[in-house]
Amino acid sequence: MTDFVGYLLTGLGIGAGFALVASGLVAIYRVTRVVNFAQGAFAVIAAMLTSSLLAAGLPHGVAELAGVFAAAVTGLLVGIVAIGRPGTTPATSLIVTLGLGVLAYAVEILIWGDQPRSFPGLPGVAGIAGARLQAHYLLILGVAVPVFLAMAVFFARTDLGKALSACASNRYAARVVGIDVRRMGLIAFALGGALGGLAGVLTTPVQQVTFDSDVTLIVNGFAAAILGGLTRPVVALAGGLLLGVAQTMIAGYGGGAYQLEVALLLMLTVMIVQAARSGAVQEQEAAR
Amino acid sequence: MNVVEVAGLTVRYAGATALEGVDLVVGEGELVALIGPNGAGKSTLVKALSGLIRPAAGKITVNGRLAQVPEGREMFGDLTVDDNLRLGGWRNGRHGRGTGAIYPLLPELDRLRRRRAGTLSGGQQQMVAIGRALMARPDVLVIDELSLGLAPLVVADLVGHLRTLNADRGLAVLLIEQNARLALGLCHRAYVLEAGRNALQGDADELARDPRVAAAYLGGHVTTDGPAR
Repeated sequence: MTDFVGYLLTGLGIGAGFALVASGLVAIYRVTRVVNFAQGAFAVIAAMLTSSLLAAGLPHGVAELAGVFAAAVTGLLVGIVAIGRPGTTPATSLIVTLGLGVLAYAVEILIWGDQPRSFPGLPGVAGIAGARLQAHYLLILGVAVPVFLAMAVFFARTDLGKALSACASNRYAARVVGIDVRRMGLIAFALGGALGGLAGVLTTPVQQVTFDSDVTLIVNGFAAAILGGLTRPVVALAGGLLLGVAQTMIAGYGGGAYQLEVALLLMLTVMIVQAARSGAVQEQEAAR
Repeated sequence: MNVVEVAGLTVRYAGATALEGVDLVVGEGELVALIGPNGAGKSTLVKALSGLIRPAAGKITVNGRLAQVPEGREMFGDLTVDDNLRLGGWRNGRHGRGTGAIYPLLPELDRLRRRRAGTLSGGQQQMVAIGRALMARPDVLVIDELSLGLAPLVVADLVGHLRTLNADRGLAVLLIEQNARLALGLCHRAYVLEAGRNALQGDADELARDPRVAAAYLGGHVTTDGPAR
């Protein structure tokens, strides 16, 4: 039982990272219809930069915030390249993000090398209900949960959030009322960058980061996001947490070698089920 | 002064000409109908007026604010009625997006405030689309297909609202409408567009008596004492 609580909390901490990556994917996809395969790179860049800044003597908090900010700027830049040119189709933009993700490898290796990096997080061990786990997992949850709540408030209560949702709901109508759809897309990319960056700086103290860590993040994040058809933030959040818990449980009770396979299997299952129903979905899209 | 002046408007899609030298004027506080068969270029004209497509030639002048009620109503289906209205005021800036002034004009919307727009009936959505356009505080409202797919009673209700808005607030309307009888009944003047060109224009009552209009758009019946309402 104590094992179970420990695995659960650890899994939620890891899952929060996936959920942040997934939320970034969803935020970008809803507004632009682009699946952003550079999403994992935001986390890597933020984590690498934070490790450099901490090594240079910046205090905790400041370094992490700078990392997240840099990821948001990176997101904006990816957005400008991917959707900046009018008339670019989402399929073309997707390929562009894939290319930029590979380009990010080169930039990361050039700046930070190809060795794993990490930095200390919240030190110590926490005991909850008899279970003992690294305290940092609680910090991850302590940051991620308010961020998700703030996002919910942002989309539901602010005009900018509503305008982003309006672009997701009906792009044509958004243009009719004078919303600059492309600008909203760029804002979504910056938001997605910040969420990806946050995932990176939060999880790096418990999981080393290398230039190709983005693969794990994007696979898990995509698996979580696809649960909600890439458009439902709450489902993506739940999916990320579920994946984190499932992987930790499997690693804890079984073998640790199968973590990524769990995500791939889940993603495959969901995609097959959705493909079976997609006739109806595509007809709806076509009717717009 | 005219709120809308269109002169020699030509629009081409991928080489094909959708509009060729079209002229059209909407005066201040005037109700103007634009009728014509499918594919005549009516919706193209609407998009050009709203700046959604760029003309190949010609000139569009809008004196004041123009707001569009798009064909098919185009709701933000996932958002509430109130948020749909609010976003209609997007160009007004943050302090100009209060929806309070709309509900007295369209009282039917009041009890629907919190409903998701996607769950409403067609008539209710058309009401939201009009309210959303009114949020932009327009001098002229361009309505693309008011009656399409709506029950006659619902249409009569919408027409009543438009008459009131026109009479009380001097709102000008350019009504694009496949129901010519309805359009000519509501409006002061009308244009007939055919194959992307001006075919006929004039006083709505006179056009309703014109045999060519009657044959093509009013089911062959010439109305002698003004169009049916």
